[in-house]
Amino acid sequence: MEFKTLTQQRSALDTGQISAVELTQYYLDRIKQQDDTINSFITVTESHALAQAKAADAVIAANKQGPLTGIPLAQKDIFCTQGIKTTCGSKMLDNFLPPYDATVVKKLDAAGMVMLGKTNMDEFAMGSSNETSYYGAVKNPWDHSCVPGGSSGGAAACIAAGFTPVATGSDTGGSIRQPAALCGITGIKPTYGLVSRYGMIAFASSLDQAGPMAHTAQDCAHVLAAMCGYDNNDSTSLNRTCDDVTSSLDSDIKGLKVGLPKPFFDDALNPLIAACLDEVKATLEKLGATCVDVDLPNMHLSVPAYYIVAPAEASSNLSRYDGVRFGYRCENPKSLDDLYCRTRAEGFGAEVKRRIIVGTYALSAGFYEAYYRKARRIRTLISNDFTRVFEQVDVLLGPTTPTTAFKLGEKTQDPVSMYLNDIYTIAVNLAGLPALSAPAGFISGMPVGLQLIGPAFSEAKLLNVAHRYQQVTDHHLQSPNQ
Amino acid sequence: MELQEVEQLAKLARLKIDQDHAEQLRTECSKIVALASQLASVDTEGVPAMAHPHEVSQPLRPDEVTESSCKDALMALAPAQEEGLFLVPKVIEEA
Repeated sequence: MEFKTLTQQRSALDTGQISAVELTQYYLDRIKQQDDTINSFITVTESHALAQAKAADAVIAANKQGPLTGIPLAQKDIFCTQGIKTTCGSKMLDNFLPPYDATVVKKLDAAGMVMLGKTNMDEFAMGSSNETSYYGAVKNPWDHSCVPGGSSGGAAACIAAGFTPVATGSDTGGSIRQPAALCGITGIKPTYGLVSRYGMIAFASSLDQAGPMAHTAQDCAHVLAAMCGYDNNDSTSLNRTCDDVTSSLDSDIKGLKVGLPKPFFDDALNPLIAACLDEVKATLEKLGATCVDVDLPNMHLSVPAYYIVAPAEASSNLSRYDGVRFGYRCENPKSLDDLYCRTRAEGFGAEVKRRIIVGTYALSAGFYEAYYRKARRIRTLISNDFTRVFEQVDVLLGPTTPTTAFKLGEKTQDPVSMYLNDIYTIAVNLAGLPALSAPAGFISGMPVGLQLIGPAFSEAKLLNVAHRYQQVTDHHLQSPNQ
Repeated sequence: MELQEVEQLAKLARLKIDQDHAEQLRTECSKIVALASQLASVDTEGVPAMAHPHEVSQPLRPDEVTESSCKDALMALAPAQEEGLFLVPKVIEEA
C-alpha cells in the first residue's frame, strides 16, 4: 500500500490521488483475501463501509472535509453499533443488535470515518492473548503461531496486517498497549474519563477507557482528538475542554525529563527488551531529553489490586446478562433460576466465569473490607507514587510487556501467568493515567513496545514525544511479510 | 478456597457449575485469590479508598426526560416476549 498511514491517506484523498471508495475497497479486498488466517474481524460491514465512503467522497468533492473524512477504521466489537452485531467476543451477545450507537462510534461517524467492521477481542475484554474470544483466537501477523495480545488483539492485528490504518480499542489493564506492543503498532490509553464509555460494553467501570490504535503517534492523535470530550450520558466522563493533541506533535522535546521507573526494569524483563529500551533512551537523549532513574515503590501491588478491583466490578456489571432482556438464553429452562444459571453457564466462557467467581468472592459479606476496599486503598497508594514521581519528571519510559508475543496456547492453562503479562500496564489503569505504547524495535523478527506514561491529561505531551521519536526511527514503518 | 465455597459463590452469581469442572475452577480461583492476598500485608491505615482517579464529584442534572421512548426497539431484543412483557418460566408454583 502506497498510503499506509492516516496522514498519507489524508493527503492522497485531498489531492484526488485516491477516492474514499477506492481506499475502502482496497481494505475490504485485503480483509476478504487474508483475514481467514488472521481472524481479526468478527463482522465485516462491507455495504455500510462503502455507503460511508461514498458519502465521504461527496464531502471531499465539496471541499468540506475534516482530518478524518474518508479514512477507514475498524471498531473493536465492544462498542455498540446500531443495528450491527456487537458481540464483545462472547456467545452471550452473539445475536445482539444494539438499538443505539456508542458515543465513540457516533463521534467517529460524524468525523466522516468509514467503518470497515468490528474486530475480534477477548471475551468481555478479559484476556491478554485474544484466546478467550468465542470467535476463536486471533493470530499475530508477524508470526501466526503467536498471540497478538489482548484484549484489543483483533484491532492491533488488523492494523499490523494492513487491513485498516486505524482501529479503536479499550484498555482496562493494558488492552490497548499490550497488543499494540506485540503487533508492532502504536496505541494510546487516555486519561480515565477523557473518552466517553457510553455504549462501550462495561467490564470494570472504574478502569475501562477507550482509545485509538494506528501505525503512528501522529495518526493516534488525530483520532483521539475526535474521540474525546464530555458526554452527559457517562457520569464518569470529565467535564473539561479537551487539550489540543495534534498541534504540538512537532514541538521540540529539548529539556524533557524522562523517568525510568526501577520496577519496570526488574528481573521479569527480557534482557533483549531491556537493550531495546536502552536504545530508546539514547534516542530520546539525542533529541534533548534527560533520563533519570525513579522509583514507584507500590508498583508491585498493582497486579494483585487489579485482580480484585477488575473481577469485582466485572461480576457486578455482568449480572445484567440473565437471558431475559437481551442476548443468549438457554433452551427449555425449567424454572427462573434454571434460566439464569444455565444461560450464564452456557453463554460465558471459562475466563469470564473465573472472574465472576473471584469478583463475587471479593464483594461477598465479610470479605468486602479485606479485598475490595483494601484494593481501592492500594489504588490510592499507587496513584500517590505517580503524583510524587511527576513532581520530578515529565514522562515515564519503560517497556510495555516483559516479553515479545508468546505462542498460542502457551499460557492458557495458567491464568495467573497470563495475568503477569500485564505487570507494566496495570498500574496506569489503577491510577487513571494516560499511557501509550509505540514500536521500539524487534527481537528475532517480533515487535517490541516502549511505554510512555504521563500525568493526567498529558496526552499531547505523550504523543509529541512518541511522534518525535518516530520521526527519527523506522520501527513503526515495518510490516510483517504476508 | 474450598469446593463448597466455590459452589456457594457460583450459586450467588447464578452460574451453573459442571461437577467435572468444579475442582478445576476451585484451583484456578484459589490461585487468583492467593495472588490478591498479597495485599493483606500492606499497611493502609488512614489511606483513603479511591472512588475515582481524579478529584471530581458525582455530576447532577435535572430529572427530565431527554429521549423518546425506545421500548419497541428494546423489547425486540428479548429472547421471549408477549404484548410488551418479558416472558420467563413460571415463578409461582402451584400449591
